[in-house]
Amino acid sequence: MTAIAPGTLPKSSPRGSAARARLLRGLLPALSLALVLIAIAWLNPRAISYFGFNLMLNLAIPIALATIAQMFVIAGNELDLSIGTFVGFVGCVTATWLRDAPLLGILVLLGSIGVYALLGALIHLRNLPSIVVTLGMSFVWQGLAILVLPKPGGKAPDWLLSIMSFKPPYIPFPILAALIIAAVVHFGLMRTSYGVILRGSGGNAAALRRAGWSLLKTKIVLFALTGLFGVLSGMALIGITTSADANIGNGYTLLSIAGVILGGGEFVGGRVSPVGAVLGALTLALAASPLLTFMHIPPDWQVAANGAILIIVLAARVLISRRER
Amino acid sequence: MKKLLVLSAFAAMLASGTALADTSGKKIAFSNNYAGNSWRQAMLDSYGIVTKKAVEDKVVAAADVFTTADKEVPTQAAQVQNLILQGYDAIVINAASPDALNGAIKQACDAGIVVVSFDGIVTEPCAYRVVVDFKDMGKQEVEQMAKFQPKGGNLLEIRGLAGTSIDDAIHAGILEGVAAHPEFKIVGSVTGDWDQTTAQKAVATILPSLPDVVGIVDQGGDGYGAAQAFAAAGKPRPTIIMGNRQDELKWWKEQKEKDGYKTWSASIAPGVSTLAFWVAQQVLDGHKDIPHDLLVPYLAFTQDDFEAALPKIKEGGVATHEYTQEEAVAAIKANIK
Repeated sequence: MTAIAPGTLPKSSPRGSAARARLLRGLLPALSLALVLIAIAWLNPRAISYFGFNLMLNLAIPIALATIAQMFVIAGNELDLSIGTFVGFVGCVTATWLRDAPLLGILVLLGSIGVYALLGALIHLRNLPSIVVTLGMSFVWQGLAILVLPKPGGKAPDWLLSIMSFKPPYIPFPILAALIIAAVVHFGLMRTSYGVILRGSGGNAAALRRAGWSLLKTKIVLFALTGLFGVLSGMALIGITTSADANIGNGYTLLSIAGVILGGGEFVGGRVSPVGAVLGALTLALAASPLLTFMHIPPDWQVAANGAILIIVLAARVLISRRER
Repeated sequence: MKKLLVLSAFAAMLASGTALADTSGKKIAFSNNYAGNSWRQAMLDSYGIVTKKAVEDKVVAAADVFTTADKEVPTQAAQVQNLILQGYDAIVINAASPDALNGAIKQACDAGIVVVSFDGIVTEPCAYRVVVDFKDMGKQEVEQMAKFQPKGGNLLEIRGLAGTSIDDAIHAGILEGVAAHPEFKIVGSVTGDWDQTTAQKAVATILPSLPDVVGIVDQGGDGYGAAQAFAAAGKPRPTIIMGNRQDELKWWKEQKEKDGYKTWSASIAPGVSTLAFWVAQQVLDGHKDIPHDLLVPYLAFTQDDFEAALPKIKEGGVATHEYTQEEAVAAIKANIK
């Protein structure tokens, strides 16, 4: 990255440089993904193939879905610390009830989305910090997951297995899935009028209330969407791993937050980007695992190297957004 | 630079000829999901010693170790998939979950890769499993306890990491043992997570509510913590089954010197990782008759032989045993009936 010294450039209007920074910020998720891909291609050319992308990216689908789920809460200036254990709970339900008693399974999953909606209402009505509520819920989901599946096992429903092992021609399935997820959410949140209201509830809640919109409703909708994408994430994960474990999703909480931020989102202000979030999730999934495996780092340093890669990727993001101000 | 190194290594390999073993060109990867306790460190040390020699002796071309940053299943599944892409011929794995990695393991088998799991085993039928008879270990604990406490009495059970297959198997063995010895009764159960500090806290919490306890049956890595909890509470010291950790055996020795304290110690040897490595090498060597489930004995110490083993264990480490190729072949033969 070239540093731009303020004196050497022709005097551009502050508005022009802000626009440039915003463009850079929009491109950053794509740039960091490209960078990680180039590094992987250089280390292991064999990975850049239909087969390779399938293997490297299929576990990125549930991460992308969990990141989108987290993005909805962040759009409303809240944070969900329970998404990881919720994904684990959904996984356990998917591998047991959804297979053995589909009706019960569907009811439980719909019910859990309802619980998310209620949480949104509770947080809004009682004006509670979402971090506290969702941290508490993370233990509830974990406990329920262990109740449903006391020891690892279960099996994914066959239809789910066949969806997740679908092999479309030319485009690897994970890339196709990422495109669809990004396109659907981008249209819903960025291109529809209610999407604007949803983002506005995080951007300027007071203005929305004065304009006559129900903030209770927006919060409920945002949390229900988080629940919905959490359910999709858990199901996708089990479709890939084929069976479940109560602790399977625990790492997703922090991954999803990092994915949203890497994808150009902000913790406050309703500034989020669905496309960026999906790209951020893919980047994190690639940087954390394939890149690390292909680098041949001595085992003692692998854990530290994983952290270092995440810090480098996220630091680039912080540098750019600081330039914007 | 790196490619150059690889190329020159390849050239050297060609120059040295292929007259050694059939597996001299094969690459074996080790996928490990956790490295954060003394047992896992000992496991990695043993593996490093044995594989380094195997590579030097040109038995295999490479034996690399990959550890995931967290204990999570998806991370390890992704790691296995990356190892497939790397073109390894075999994967030795200590798995984060017995079932949830099956998808990735199947992909590896389908790509023609030999998968050998140990300690944290995988249930996918195409993989090999090096299993320690944990259930028998749990049962033996009660059998040994009956020798030290012939009159019977109350027992406290310390369990391992909840939800794992190992905790389940040892617990089942202990229950079986208690059923065979009705003079014993389990009056309390705590979770020690195979960790002295956790076990000490858990035992200290439950102690005030317990009747007098004559013995503690546990899973290893928790005996010393339990002893500390009893000492701190000023309660009489029960017979505590040990788990081959250095601090446990050292405490045992101190007590034995003081008043002839008697107990028994058993655990899975971390060096079983090296057995898994040799199993992978033997399968690559073309031995098709190796059963997919291999049962290996656990490592036990009695009143008479634990003091001889103690000096060989590293401070804070675990008693281990590294397999040579011959020992591994013998262990495999013992399983072919």
